[in-house]
Amino acid sequence: MLKTFKSGGVHPPENKISADAAIQSLPVPKRVYIMVTQHLGAPSVALVKKGDDVKTGQLIAKSAGFISANVHSPVTGKVFKVDDFIDQSGYRKPAIIIDAEEDTWVDGVDNSDEIIRDITLTKEQIIQRISDMGVVGLGGATFPTHVKMMIPDGKKAEFLIINGVECEPYLTSDHRLMVEKPEEILIGTTILMKALGVSKAMVGIENNKPDAIEKLSHIAKSFKGITVHPLKVKYPQGGEKQLIKALTGREVPSGKLPIETGCVVDNVGTAFAVYEAVQKNKPLIERVVTVTGMAAAKPSNFMVRIGAPVSELIEKAGGIPENLGKVVGGGPMMGKALMSLEAPIVKGSSGILLMPVEESRRVVIKPCIRCARCVSVCPMGLEPYLLAQVAKNEMWERAESERVMDCIECGSCHYTCPSGRPLLDYIRLGKNKVGQIIRSRGKK
Amino acid sequence: MALLTMSGSPHVHDNDSVEKIMWGVVIALVPALFVSIWYFGFPALKITLVAVASCVAIEYLIQKFLLKQEPTIKDGSAALTGLLLAFNVPSNLPVWEMIVGSFVSIAVAKMAFGGLGKNVFNPALVGRVFLLISFPVDMTSWPVPQPLMQGGFFADAITGPTSLGILKEGLGTGQTVNELVMKMPDLMRDFLGNQGGSLGEVSAFALIIGGIYLLMKKIITWHIPVTYMLTVFLFTGLMWLINPDIYINPVFHILAGGLLLGAIYMATDMVSSPMSPNGMMLYGVGCGVLTVLIRLWGAYPEGVSFAILIMNAFTPLINRGFKPKRFGELKNQKG
Ligand code: SF4
Ligand code: SF4
Repeated sequence: MLKTFKSGGVHPPENKISADAAIQSLPVPKRVYIMVTQHLGAPSVALVKKGDDVKTGQLIAKSAGFISANVHSPVTGKVFKVDDFIDQSGYRKPAIIIDAEEDTWVDGVDNSDEIIRDITLTKEQIIQRISDMGVVGLGGATFPTHVKMMIPDGKKAEFLIINGVECEPYLTSDHRLMVEKPEEILIGTTILMKALGVSKAMVGIENNKPDAIEKLSHIAKSFKGITVHPLKVKYPQGGEKQLIKALTGREVPSGKLPIETGCVVDNVGTAFAVYEAVQKNKPLIERVVTVTGMAAAKPSNFMVRIGAPVSELIEKAGGIPENLGKVVGGGPMMGKALMSLEAPIVKGSSGILLMPVEESRRVVIKPCIRCARCVSVCPMGLEPYLLAQVAKNEMWERAESERVMDCIECGSCHYTCPSGRPLLDYIRLGKNKVGQIIRSRGKK
Repeated sequence: MALLTMSGSPHVHDNDSVEKIMWGVVIALVPALFVSIWYFGFPALKITLVAVASCVAIEYLIQKFLLKQEPTIKDGSAALTGLLLAFNVPSNLPVWEMIVGSFVSIAVAKMAFGGLGKNVFNPALVGRVFLLISFPVDMTSWPVPQPLMQGGFFADAITGPTSLGILKEGLGTGQTVNELVMKMPDLMRDFLGNQGGSLGEVSAFALIIGGIYLLMKKIITWHIPVTYMLTVFLFTGLMWLINPDIYINPVFHILAGGLLLGAIYMATDMVSSPMSPNGMMLYGVGCGVLTVLIRLWGAYPEGVSFAILIMNAFTPLINRGFKPKRFGELKNQKG
């Protein structure tokens, strides 16, 4: 029996239509739009101004605060301006816009393909390097990786878990990375183990990627303490809490961080970025992005520079289709619908999903028939119908006591509701409000 | 390119729908309907059609002319209520009474509460209990089942009491269970479909087949039917062990009357039953205990409808008190 988490979960069609498309490096874009803040935490501060010359890999925005991250220039050229620009969630936020002229890297970056296995840095140096190079969680949450490596006093890390689950339908960026860069990922894993001071790492991969499982299992034999675990295909297997549960049987207590269970979870993409940062001195300025969907002419996986406009990727994947109805940044379960195709790729972009008009129509909303399906699929053991109802009625206290904050926004409830109720829209509203209330309580 | 659609995640949806669920239950009831027509002939078909047609028509009229909203009869819920209501009455019920029952089910028990999903009580059961109280004679003179070939399709039915009726009546006059069992059809006949009673109660076998279909289609879960029947079995079994002269064996209680119909199709009605697995099990046990109390010591021979309706009333409370197992609520976990 394959390991998995226990309660809830759904099986959306996997549709991994880009699984066999090898990662293709895209040419450096003419103009890039780099969001100043691309991580979860305190906003970064721009270091350049209009007219400045920058090189590829140069620091252009600095981490400001404990939970924050550096940002580097993905191109060589002139800063066109520093101004607000639309991001993937549709808001205008500070961005550094650079006109690219060429691609000259700053000194000290090893840009070759040669694999370096020996880890020479100490634990502290590793964490510093990860921080310097602006590495954040590439699975989507974009939490600064170096902060995750600093274990709070009184807690102890036992396991490093590497998330290669990729349970979102369609997305294949992690899959391709595992197939094409397995050794780099495992070196990155070893570096993270050293930084955390743990001797065991587990790589979890959903069983629908046998090639990745085979490759990594094979190479893992030459690494100490790393094991590869095939997992049952079930959404949201890649949720941090669900993955920890599946691999260790431990449950992250409500309202607490994963470290309570002795686990630190990082995405395979993050492990790769850590490898490049530590072994090659390379800042995080590019990543793998899947461009896919039923409306995509050529479903592809691209290695692209951060800051490239989404439209450029779509162009490279066969162009904007006639029947395009919706474009989603990320996967179909948790991604965000894009308002503008000019929004740029950021560190957390794992995919661009092109949905045809037929798939984009809003479903007709019917009354709740109290069928309890949302309850039975919720991986957090919540009652989505109830949370949605109390949020709609603005009963914030009740929402809090029914543990709205435990919701991981996986969308399983909304996916499964036969009445097509937009449960997660209401629950998100509830989470926002209750989050505000909790924060203001903390201030008093 | 047209304007892009903006909406919150998730962007894909399971292709299940209210329609599929409702029609799924209707399909599950088809075998039992056929058995009923086989034994009760044309009247069974007629009363079913009347109930379904009047439920659908009443819902349509109310939505169209009273509430002035888009009628939603296509969702199948009104048709299902009609079918279930028909299954809960004798096949020789006068047509006009059937229409009145349908009106109570749809207009009073469903639409007055706000329509689909808002009703507290199972509409078909409310209709049935209303009929039982208003027309006690018509509602308790059950046609004796005769296979189609023997009785003739349009033949007038011979009426007689149900097994549970024989039991309650007989025990009241001081006869023992053993003497009374002689007067009933044997258990095997109850099982296959020769049981005098409401339309849908006639064949335990057909009801179980439909129940398995519902479980396989994931329209219902095992929690309510299994706890309900198990409770009835254990409770009546205990009484039978104590005194088999006045308490009949538990197998009889499972197969006789409306227990299977109630446990599989009525108590599992989504709208009026609890939401969490634990809540469902408590509800099932509650239905079981109440059914036995009424059957053994109540005034009516059958207690399924009342038991379920009473538990319907407790559903909101059960939902309040019984939550699903929350993730991250483990005690004694290593931190
Ligand atoms: S899945 Fe939809 S219809 Fe069913 S209980 Fe939840 S909200 Fe209601
Ligand atoms: S309530 Fe939250 S955690 Fe539960 S299924 Fe819905 S989105 Fe997922």
